[in-house]
Amino acid sequence: MTSTETLSGAEIVLRALKDQGVDVIFGYPGGAVLPIYDALFQQNAIRHILVRHEQAAVHAAEGYARSTGKVGVVLVTSGPGATNTVTGLVDALMDSIPVVCLTGQVPTHLIGNDAFQEADTTGITRPATKHNYLVKDVNALGRILHEAFYVARSGRPGPVVVDLPKDVLISRGVYQGMPATPHRSYRPVVDPDPHAIAQAVRILKSAKRPIVYAGGGVINSGPEASRLLTEFVHLTGFPCTNTLMGLGAFPGSDPQFLGMLGMHGTYEANLAMHGCDAMLNIGARFDDRVTGRLRDFSPHSLKIHADIDPSSINKNVRVDCAIVGDATRVLAALIAAWKADPTKPDTGALAAWWKQIDLWRSRDCLRYRQDASPKAVIKPQHAIKRLYEIARETGRDVFITTEVGQHQMWAAQFWKFERPNRWLTSGGLGTMGYGLPAAIGAQIAHPEALVIDIAGEASILMNIQEMSTLAQYRLPVKVFILNNEYMGMVRQWQELLHGGRYSESYSAALPDFVKLAESFHAVGLRAKSLGDLDGVIREMLAVDRAVIADICVDKHENCFPMIPSGAAHNEMILGPEDEAPSGAAQPGVTEEGMVLV
Amino acid sequence: MLKALSPAQDTSTRQAVIAVLVENEAGVLARVIGLFSGRGYNIDSLTVAPVDDEKQLSRITIVTSGTAMVIEQIKAQLDRLVPVHKVADLTMEGPHIARELALIKVAGTGEKRVEALRIADAFRARVVDATTESFVFEMTGATDKLDAFVALMRPLGLVEVSRTGIVAIARGPKGIDG
Repeated sequence: MTSTETLSGAEIVLRALKDQGVDVIFGYPGGAVLPIYDALFQQNAIRHILVRHEQAAVHAAEGYARSTGKVGVVLVTSGPGATNTVTGLVDALMDSIPVVCLTGQVPTHLIGNDAFQEADTTGITRPATKHNYLVKDVNALGRILHEAFYVARSGRPGPVVVDLPKDVLISRGVYQGMPATPHRSYRPVVDPDPHAIAQAVRILKSAKRPIVYAGGGVINSGPEASRLLTEFVHLTGFPCTNTLMGLGAFPGSDPQFLGMLGMHGTYEANLAMHGCDAMLNIGARFDDRVTGRLRDFSPHSLKIHADIDPSSINKNVRVDCAIVGDATRVLAALIAAWKADPTKPDTGALAAWWKQIDLWRSRDCLRYRQDASPKAVIKPQHAIKRLYEIARETGRDVFITTEVGQHQMWAAQFWKFERPNRWLTSGGLGTMGYGLPAAIGAQIAHPEALVIDIAGEASILMNIQEMSTLAQYRLPVKVFILNNEYMGMVRQWQELLHGGRYSESYSAALPDFVKLAESFHAVGLRAKSLGDLDGVIREMLAVDRAVIADICVDKHENCFPMIPSGAAHNEMILGPEDEAPSGAAQPGVTEEGMVLV
Repeated sequence: MLKALSPAQDTSTRQAVIAVLVENEAGVLARVIGLFSGRGYNIDSLTVAPVDDEKQLSRITIVTSGTAMVIEQIKAQLDRLVPVHKVADLTMEGPHIARELALIKVAGTGEKRVEALRIADAFRARVVDATTESFVFEMTGATDKLDAFVALMRPLGLVEVSRTGIVAIARGPKGIDG
């Protein structure tokens, strides 16, 4: 193509997507983006997945991005199309997921006139995105789109909105390809400072009670970062815990893995964080769900924090050694510096530390009591455990998405992720309705894989319309509902913190999920008691179609361990035997903590 | 060897004058202001104007206050915005000059009018508009000097004040982008 050849704005959009290696986009048409839909109709390089609600388009793009490491792409119309994406955009912002969202806009001469389906999209999405653009000149369109992809995937990844007025899509201009020069002002630091690496190794080599605390930054950095993390943990012999976002960064079945930490993390992970004398945080952000009460968070440790986002460092917790850089490069540098440093680590102290950790492990904090009778009520933890065991028997590559609530925490506790990019959950924003559309994105990216949305009966209804998308594209996604007829996590907090007053948390007037599945051309299954469970799971996995499995579970089961909001890591509630009698104050629950979420 | 930092954090606050060099493009000021309101940071004063037409750069001067940790956060959050070229904490980086411009309208006749003019002269304020019953003074200086002048004008017929907010620059040969 010569540089003087002109294309329509809509053609430039598709050309730029193709040059970025995009092969699938998630969207919903409308007036302002009709020129792009017309251009889509006339080509075969880019596949469009029609969702049933724009929020789901963003979650599907997130699912695609998280399961592939590529940028997820969304296309929606102006006004309500754009405003419906806001929850998805904030979700991607909080969990650092690379998404480019193309929104239609009214023609430039109508902007500001309260035109039909006009919304101030760049204004509304400014705090919901990493960056956004309003394109007013068709000749700048190519450059802006390439910049949008670069911003979305580089540094700390995130969502980027490009707002496209309809006249810009129709008018003709010159397409500019990928820029050869670096960005004028945005240049994230990826290579760590060698002095900081050396300081970190000095701290870790002299540690007596070390711990590695790894988060989603390791996943975002690519599979090599997870490999290097595993190498580093094996090299040092240190214990390793992962955040909710970091699950899969370190193999879940490895003996050095302590499980997830934080509010519903394991006893051993949280007590090891509390008692350590040296902490290496890599790609995590000291979130309030992880730290609990800040002033009592890991009070005796030297803290090292490696993050690609300098604003994450010293935000909540002051650290002793800050490393700015990409997790892969940081881990490679740490491994090299550890090997080069002649200092011998204190193996005797490390052995004693492991002895202590094994003592904590022996509490078996995730235990639950499942009555073995076939008539017995199914414990939700047991349903996930059996799903995990039976899915593993199939030998298939498994991707797990979740909604938000108790089922999400149980899935995080009981599923052992051996590899990165297999666990897709809404962590930072906690978006109910995330799991089904995210599963669509993952299944589109991995047609042969087993994709399961572990859901609750309340969350699933928040984007249930996407069952129709499953049917249209014949996506064999499995929706595994732990149905306790309550917004379980709300009910749990009401039980523990609000005197058992279950205000509005009962799931009244539920649909019949089996019939609902059938009406959406999917298979509906139900397990009413323990005797049904394995059979339902096996049938669900065997069917090559979309399935809703309605698993009727214990209505009153709570998710433990639990660190109540505002409590410290060593003030965990371990199980029902730790709970105070109804109406009495829970251990660890303070007035200060009650105001926290 | 390092000693672990005390978890009890320093709660004393300080004022910071922050200079931010940004792309001169639509929405950039909204990004900066939105960052402050969204994260609950204080803005004591904020000024902005283009400073380099060729490179399309604007300079924002923000006066803010907070604990040392909050000021560090503010700088890191500003630096993270895509159209931001450079963030400099003038308060921390050595001596700097901070100035503000004010236009002050005073109305009155007789002894009060004479007194207003006399004080303006002592403060080196310029008369930029005059009628038989009013003056508009233009005054440049440090914030406390402007405050003092405005306070003196109040009993002498102060009508209104328009102030720019602080602009600041470091002393010595180096620029913030150098």
